[in-house]
Amino acid sequence: MRYLPLTATDRQAMLDKIGVRHIDELFKDIPNDVLNPEIDLPRHKSEMEVERYLSRMAAQNTAAGSVPFFVGAGAYKHHVPATVDHMIQRGEFLTAYTPYQPEIAQGTLQYIFEFQTQVAQLTGMDVANASMYDGSTGCSEAVMMARRVTRKKKAILAGSLHAHYASVVETTTQFTDDVIERLAPNPANPEAELQAAIDAIDADTSCVVFQNPGVFGSVLDLRPLAEKAHENKALLIVVLTEVMSLGLIESPGEMGADIVVGEGQSIGNGLNFGGPYLGLFATNQKFVRQMPGRLCGETVDADGKRGFVLTLSTREQHIRREKATSNICTNSGLCALAFTVHMTLLGEKGLRGVSLANHKAAVDLRDALKGVDGVEVLNTTFFNEFSVKLSKDAAGVVDALADKGILAGVPASRLYPGAGLDDVLILAATETVSADDIDALVAGLKEVL
Amino acid sequence: MLKFTEEHEWLEVEGEIATVGITDYAQNALGDVVFVELPEVGAAYEKGDEVAVVESVKAASEVYAPLAGEIVEVNEALEGEPGLVNSAALDAGWFFKIKIADAGELDDMMDETAYAEFIEGLD
Amino acid sequence: MSMNNQGRPTSAGAATENTDFESFSGHKGLRLAEPLIFELGSTETTGVDVPEVGEFEMAIGGLERTSEIGCPGLPEPDAVRHYTRLSRRNYGIDMGVFPLGSCTMKHNPRLNEKMARLPGFGDIHPLQPKSTVKGAMQLMDELSHWLCTLTGMPAVALSPKAGAHGELCGVMAIRSALEARGDAREVILCPESAHGTNPATAAFCGYKVKAIPAKDNGRVDLEALKEALDDTVAAVMLTNPNTCGLFENEIRDIADAIHAAGAFFYCDGANFNAIMGKARPGDLGVDAMHFNLHKTFSTPHGGGGPGSGPVVFSDALKAHVPVPFVVKTDDGFDLVEDADDKSMGRLVAYHGQMGMYVRALSYMLSHGSDGIRQAAEDAVLNANYVLASLGDVMTASFDGPCMHEALFDDRFLKDTGVTTLDFAKAMIDEGYHPMTMYFPLVVHGAMLIEPTESESKYNMDQFITSMRGLAGEAKGGNVDRFSGAPYHAPWGRLDETQAARKPVLRYSPEE
Repeated sequence: MRYLPLTATDRQAMLDKIGVRHIDELFKDIPNDVLNPEIDLPRHKSEMEVERYLSRMAAQNTAAGSVPFFVGAGAYKHHVPATVDHMIQRGEFLTAYTPYQPEIAQGTLQYIFEFQTQVAQLTGMDVANASMYDGSTGCSEAVMMARRVTRKKKAILAGSLHAHYASVVETTTQFTDDVIERLAPNPANPEAELQAAIDAIDADTSCVVFQNPGVFGSVLDLRPLAEKAHENKALLIVVLTEVMSLGLIESPGEMGADIVVGEGQSIGNGLNFGGPYLGLFATNQKFVRQMPGRLCGETVDADGKRGFVLTLSTREQHIRREKATSNICTNSGLCALAFTVHMTLLGEKGLRGVSLANHKAAVDLRDALKGVDGVEVLNTTFFNEFSVKLSKDAAGVVDALADKGILAGVPASRLYPGAGLDDVLILAATETVSADDIDALVAGLKEVL
Repeated sequence: MLKFTEEHEWLEVEGEIATVGITDYAQNALGDVVFVELPEVGAAYEKGDEVAVVESVKAASEVYAPLAGEIVEVNEALEGEPGLVNSAALDAGWFFKIKIADAGELDDMMDETAYAEFIEGLD
Repeated sequence: MSMNNQGRPTSAGAATENTDFESFSGHKGLRLAEPLIFELGSTETTGVDVPEVGEFEMAIGGLERTSEIGCPGLPEPDAVRHYTRLSRRNYGIDMGVFPLGSCTMKHNPRLNEKMARLPGFGDIHPLQPKSTVKGAMQLMDELSHWLCTLTGMPAVALSPKAGAHGELCGVMAIRSALEARGDAREVILCPESAHGTNPATAAFCGYKVKAIPAKDNGRVDLEALKEALDDTVAAVMLTNPNTCGLFENEIRDIADAIHAAGAFFYCDGANFNAIMGKARPGDLGVDAMHFNLHKTFSTPHGGGGPGSGPVVFSDALKAHVPVPFVVKTDDGFDLVEDADDKSMGRLVAYHGQMGMYVRALSYMLSHGSDGIRQAAEDAVLNANYVLASLGDVMTASFDGPCMHEALFDDRFLKDTGVTTLDFAKAMIDEGYHPMTMYFPLVVHGAMLIEPTESESKYNMDQFITSMRGLAGEAKGGNVDRFSGAPYHAPWGRLDETQAARKPVLRYSPEE
């Protein structure tokens, strides 16, 4: 077996040194009748065989880059520079552990410090952590943090919040005494969605969670929401599922957010069928000690040289155990590295440029769809994604277009089954969408509608 | 009047107000203090309630109310300079002042000599 | 003869004395200094192609970001150099022995990386039509089959994002099952040697945590456990093999006692590497167990993530698994995305860590049933070889044999003036990553050594020689070698007190 270095001779010599005759003497604590069970699984395979086997499995899937592609709803196809993947595959990053030994982990620690700074700058907040598992789990952590800060129990989830995110919050708080008030989605009237969130806030509210751009694509000014929240000593949690939007649209910090959580996949990370991704988590300085997750801070070494360490770890489970702010024991290290390398390549100039190109692609798509019978664009505002109302069931239309080799978007019914949104389709157009792709979609829609 | 508890807190009692901190023995055991979470002024506690948390780099320890009462003042200097707990545990490193609800609760506490004997017995 | 007057000196020359000078550049040969990108780049610079976009009417409701963002960019050559230089300050499995107990730092095969990057896995969207992701569903189904078969358990939830998230999934399933039968219980029992995530998870699910005492041999005290078990106990969370590197030899009696009290048995599978292919938790009475795919199945640790923490379940709990999961249908597979009444709900957006599923399956297919068992045996053999080779100079906490990790404590350092921390830092000077220290909490100054199956006998012998040498130096009174260690790392010991007292968590230009 190519990954196991010990030879039969080595094993014998080592058993001799240990003073046992057979390896199973080392397993003597396992009840004898269950030791060495028959395992009905195939025997080992060569590298070539594994590659062939998995490649054939992969070939049954339609890769986003191989077709006209308009699928978004929280995960986006962007161009990631080749440099990013090269850097994260360096063994010093890929095969390192959590940087608990800072003397030999300054590479990881410095990029985390850079990452934290970039996320804080992008979101317009004071501080960010070293990342969470993903946007959805970050969102539920934010709700719990708001409870710690405000000592109130009621969280309001706006209709603009991605259905999966809302479900994750509901699932993870089901055994606490938190009260989750989930508002209905309203793709045809995002202003009403915002007003409903504002109206729901009262003195018992710990936080209101609003996604911007919303799951149906609309972009809103959240200042009135922040104002109402703060009047009631509640926190505004802004969720971003498309972090690329921050190159074009005002940051949540500028709109008055107290906590910003986001899915960072769009920068540096591929689609990967939903994971691994990375959760962005930023807040204001005064709430730092209530934050979940790892934090990296600056300090000096014994010679006075600047260096970095993981810090404020008394919040975390390995010290605080049952009193920790969260049970989280990891971050999305490599995904955060990919984010940081991509951000460093982009810089503000590149980010603004790519961000604008995203919006332009979506504007072009909207304009092209205006000429299609049976398609009604619902949004007046959007970044790189918007919703349309179709004259037919959206899931059926998407399946029919998939048969033609076009991946046309996400039917709202996949996220909101039974919510009366069966004719709504969510379409994304990033910088990777070409004019030919749009033509193909328009032609396809004309055929199936 | 200076009093000590078995939880390594000291109380300087003046009238109905007690100033509370942790002892030199306690700060020494904790190591470098990096943060102190203080109660809110106006909050009321029963004896034994968790009233503050003192953190070193690798540990967080709860401080329990040595007696019942209401917090009347907290040492805001600790926010910017938690190291005072190490360098001046018995004066500038005080945590909070509490208005004593039941002065009888002081009777069970140790004086300086008794506390010195108490920690002698711990080592 | 013709004269070659270009001859340069080719001998090494004599060693010079005064080499402790500062360079003009700040570099020291191959130790290249590297500032933060905020000190290097500018917001006017970019290393990407910026698409040319003509004038058009925007549709963002007048919310254009006009204020400066502040993120600097670097041109591509400098960006490559920046992160390459940073990488060289790190220690990784690719560089040497990484005996970090409880973390299973085994070799990360590059085949796994290559497979995860196949466009059919890496470039597919979680919400594209199911008819276009048949291979992805098949992969999830096969991984589920491998995990269930290796554990002898009937069901698995793949979606938890890491081990601690898997624990959450497991304990939530337990609470769901208890509530479904109208049984409100309030306590979870954990040994004191447990990972911190166990009590944190239990508290998160609304349970009180009570400690289970251990016996002198490092294992759970069965009689004390039986006494603690009553109808208020929801579950017992046990790591097995435990965090002392020992197999709980009374595990079946423990499981029987738990079940007799109407409670569930949660097994923390962090140490599954020791028993994979050798024993199935399903045969031992376990109700739920999470894996750490990044430990046992070699998906990379990546400097702290991303992890992946699937959980296997017994029949008693399987109705409560979260969505999504893959089911077999007449014409292939389907992905169930909406929770029924019994399911606990949804723990993550989408379907979990697909990239890690691919890597883990690649590892399993490569090893096969035979290689997986061999890997467990080699991991246990290497650990016992360490125990046998160091037992006379260091102090083993418990009698052997151990499982995949060997636990020592600091009794052998008594009166030397050297602490466990010092000893660990001196290992850095020897070119090794330190072992896990001060964990588990149940022994004083713990040193937990887990070599994994990836180390050759040559590597083990070299490592043992170093450890014996260090033990000798410590006992011989050479305290200086330890107290300031590491001396040969790129950084000296860092001031964690300063970092925590005055947290600087981001770069700020005014400093």
